[in-house]
Amino acid sequence: MSSDGIDNSRRRFLTAATTVVGGAGVVAVAVPFLASWNPSARAKSAGAPVEANIGKLEAGQQIIVKWQGKPVWIVRRDEEALASLKKIEPELSDIMSDESIQPAYAKNEHRSIKPEYLVVVGICTHLGCSPTYRPEITADWMGGFFCPCHGSKFDFAGRVFKGVPAPTNLVIPPHKFVAENVVLIGEDGEA
Amino acid sequence: MSKENNLMGWIDARFPLTKMWEDHLSKYYAPKNFNFWYFFGSLALLVLVLQIVTGIFLTMHYKPDGAMAFASVEYIMRDVDWGWLLRYMHSTGASAFFVVVYLHMFRGLMYGSYQKPRELLWLFGMLIFLALMAEAFMGYLLPWGQMSYWGAQVIISLFGAIPVIGDDITLWIRGDFVISDATLNRFFALHVIAVPLILVMLVVMHVLALHEVGSNNPDGVEIKKNKDENGIPLDGIPFHPYYSVKDIVGVVVFLILFSVVVFFMPEMNGYFLEYANFEPANPFKTPEHIAPVWYFTPFYAILRAVPDKLMGVIGMFGAIIVLFLLPWFDRGKVHSIRYRSNAFKYLLVMFCISFVALGYLGAIPATEARTWAARLFTLGYFGYFFGLWFISKNENTKPVPERVTS
Repeated sequence: MSSDGIDNSRRRFLTAATTVVGGAGVVAVAVPFLASWNPSARAKSAGAPVEANIGKLEAGQQIIVKWQGKPVWIVRRDEEALASLKKIEPELSDIMSDESIQPAYAKNEHRSIKPEYLVVVGICTHLGCSPTYRPEITADWMGGFFCPCHGSKFDFAGRVFKGVPAPTNLVIPPHKFVAENVVLIGEDGEA
Repeated sequence: MSKENNLMGWIDARFPLTKMWEDHLSKYYAPKNFNFWYFFGSLALLVLVLQIVTGIFLTMHYKPDGAMAFASVEYIMRDVDWGWLLRYMHSTGASAFFVVVYLHMFRGLMYGSYQKPRELLWLFGMLIFLALMAEAFMGYLLPWGQMSYWGAQVIISLFGAIPVIGDDITLWIRGDFVISDATLNRFFALHVIAVPLILVMLVVMHVLALHEVGSNNPDGVEIKKNKDENGIPLDGIPFHPYYSVKDIVGVVVFLILFSVVVFFMPEMNGYFLEYANFEPANPFKTPEHIAPVWYFTPFYAILRAVPDKLMGVIGMFGAIIVLFLLPWFDRGKVHSIRYRSNAFKYLLVMFCISFVALGYLGAIPATEARTWAARLFTLGYFGYFFGLWFISKNENTKPVPERVTS
């Protein structure tokens, strides 16, 4: 007790206790506000798996399917494109896709379930632009995908070249063949 | 006369109206030697008011909805009476804001307006700059054109470079797996309510801090050191009417230039309104060349100059952080460029050239040679701060006058 009848240690304790309890309340009430920014139930359900029919896809062609709002490319690679995958390897930075995102059944040299069909998310791993499909093979371009935003280059398996800003290969989404010519994107299947 | 006194007396007994008027205007003593560079503070305030007023009226017609946003902007442009003027004033105002603020900041660099005792004033100013960039970035998404969409996609993806939690943060910011209606709607809320409130509060704190320490001036000497018998600085003149009237001249010249842009070149050759943005947002197709609006290009060029994704992002944000820390990089005691060493002048010239060159390089597509140039100018940008720290310790300065000159 101090001389004028004020118990300072008691006052300090009450101040600290009030601050802690009030602070906890502020943190608790902040949660709903911050959580309201998460994808809503509607956005999540729009992210449900989608089916794509690839029966009419000719060799060399690409179709774009919308999954979770993102462009997903399905490319039917021809012989030439598949042959380029091996040749291009010295120029790639993650040949075996060890640093990249893909389901285990697509972690192989052609990054797909069936060698012919590549299913890949068409969003650059650098800053999210959508690269363009450049299938024509020329003297200085081995074919693949080119990102116009910052010049990242990817081969026919979505593997990133050395010396470009994109850090990893393009993402392979979970997918499976539900029929001979029907791909289901967004759900894992067996290899 | 007595009636007015009675009314003022009645109010002053209940609200410090006369006191506020005197503290901030009629008896706020500013140095008498302000020059051209001192117009931009009041002009920034003018543009803020202009943006708020035009913005309020735009929200009366705009629809923050992924399916309707683009069309509602076209509706404002074509069908709303004078809607085109409101929108062009707002879009030109955004660029004008940055022109004015960059010049205002340059004034601070030249005359050492960030140095002791004005560090906090500078920090409030930098927070305003940061809030302004957030405001401009979120506002740019609202027209929902191709450049709105992909610009936001790139900038939000920057947060994905943060190790471990990056992807979750980008998902949380977007509220969806890609930029979508959810993103547009929340950016609208932040752009019209949250950030403007913060901006206005920061501006009030900036002005209060200024009026507490007093204005710097082109000679960088403290006018408070020499006061008359009434405690009024000998080199000070009341802000009102002297500078309020002077600032009106600045306002008139500014509004003439502003009107020229609004009426004759609102797109400014694609620098104020980018051409790709006249196409509705398409999540499947990235425009061939994407670049931010001109006021972000210096920082964007730094991002592109660094070959590593995370390091690029750190470099870009670092370019803002070093500006915050400027009062501590500068160890000098002399404020104004007029009395500082040649080394300081060379550094400042190098900084300005680097900033403008980065701004140019960030606006055009990158090639290998340009990327190397951007790297060089990035060094020039950061070199200013480290060079300043180095030279300012034992700087070879000229004698500083006791009183302001001219």
